[in-house]
Amino acid sequence: MNYIWFFIILVSIISAAVTGRMENLINAVLNSAQKAIEVAIYLAGIMAFWLGIMRIAEKSKLVNLISKFLSPAAKFLFPSVPKDSPVIGDIAMNFTANAIGVSNAATPMGIQALRGLQELNKNKKSASNDMCMLVGMNTAAFQLVPATVIAVLAANGAKNPTEIVFPTLIVTSVSFLSAIVIAKILEKIMPPQTIEQSTENGGKK
Amino acid sequence: MTIKIFMDIISVWLIPIIIISVLAFGLIKKVPVYEVFIDGAKDGLKVTVEIIPYLLAIMVAVGMLRASGAIEILQSILGGILNRFDIPVDILPVMIVRSLSGSAVLGLFSDIASQHDVESYTTKLAAIMVGSSETTFYILAVYFGAVGIKKLRHALLTGILSDCVGIIAAIVVARWLFL
Repeated sequence: MNYIWFFIILVSIISAAVTGRMENLINAVLNSAQKAIEVAIYLAGIMAFWLGIMRIAEKSKLVNLISKFLSPAAKFLFPSVPKDSPVIGDIAMNFTANAIGVSNAATPMGIQALRGLQELNKNKKSASNDMCMLVGMNTAAFQLVPATVIAVLAANGAKNPTEIVFPTLIVTSVSFLSAIVIAKILEKIMPPQTIEQSTENGGKK
Repeated sequence: MTIKIFMDIISVWLIPIIIISVLAFGLIKKVPVYEVFIDGAKDGLKVTVEIIPYLLAIMVAVGMLRASGAIEILQSILGGILNRFDIPVDILPVMIVRSLSGSAVLGLFSDIASQHDVESYTTKLAAIMVGSSETTFYILAVYFGAVGIKKLRHALLTGILSDCVGIIAAIVVARWLFL
């Protein structure tokens, strides 16, 4: 992340120098910083609401119930999570919210699930394989209906805006499955997670 | 069309159903739902505050990139190659921005839909690409920021590679159905 962040900023400044848009760049810094706080305020309400609801689901063991149904699939995707752990339920709710397209609920649920995985994580500074899998799957989030895209098409007078539902579904399925496969391959070929304590082979199953 | 109606019903009803079933199940199990909700909500606010610096870092970098004209420079360099694969040049910003910012990519898509014919190949390809996109860098920053992870390990590469797969799949599917 350090290098990517630096790289994006470096490229931006060089390009702005070439195109003579340095002033736009400076404005963009100020505007984006302001916008980040606006997004955070927007997110705060949704986050507080959904984590509140999720906490009830957790305390009433509803999440454990959902977990029980999904543990076979979870065992393959998230081997470090114990069977019947409520984390599986959180993960399931995260993906359901993504699939239905209520992404403002998906983010709090995803973070909730990731915190569950963090508790099982052996090195609190470094992502475990399961955490990489969860976040990787979220970055390629599977979505059933791209509602905003359909709305834009309809607004511009498209005859049949829903015709893009099927092709989009194919593409999001492909990239979602590819994220799972890529994460599984990368955890084998990239260096294993380092563990602060002297135990070896920690992040692996 | 029936699928669409079905999906509309689901997306309208899903949230109220989740809320009421969680609350009802909680009451049945004798959970003090109000107090527990407050407790979780407090936690949610704390998480949001922790996310802010990560959000700021990523959004400023993306804002700078978009304002700098870097994407236009890339557009003029790669124009020839894109042409060879029948990819309209206007799609390139969509390909890049879709992983960076959700609101920005929707803006780009609205521009394309209004400037090109809505029934054109360009608009349809853009629609598929935007519809299947997810803001990879935002998710990486926010999720890992919320739990205090510093080393992302292969999560970053997984996100980038699956985005590339998504872009290629979008092009292949659009060519197959709409060209």
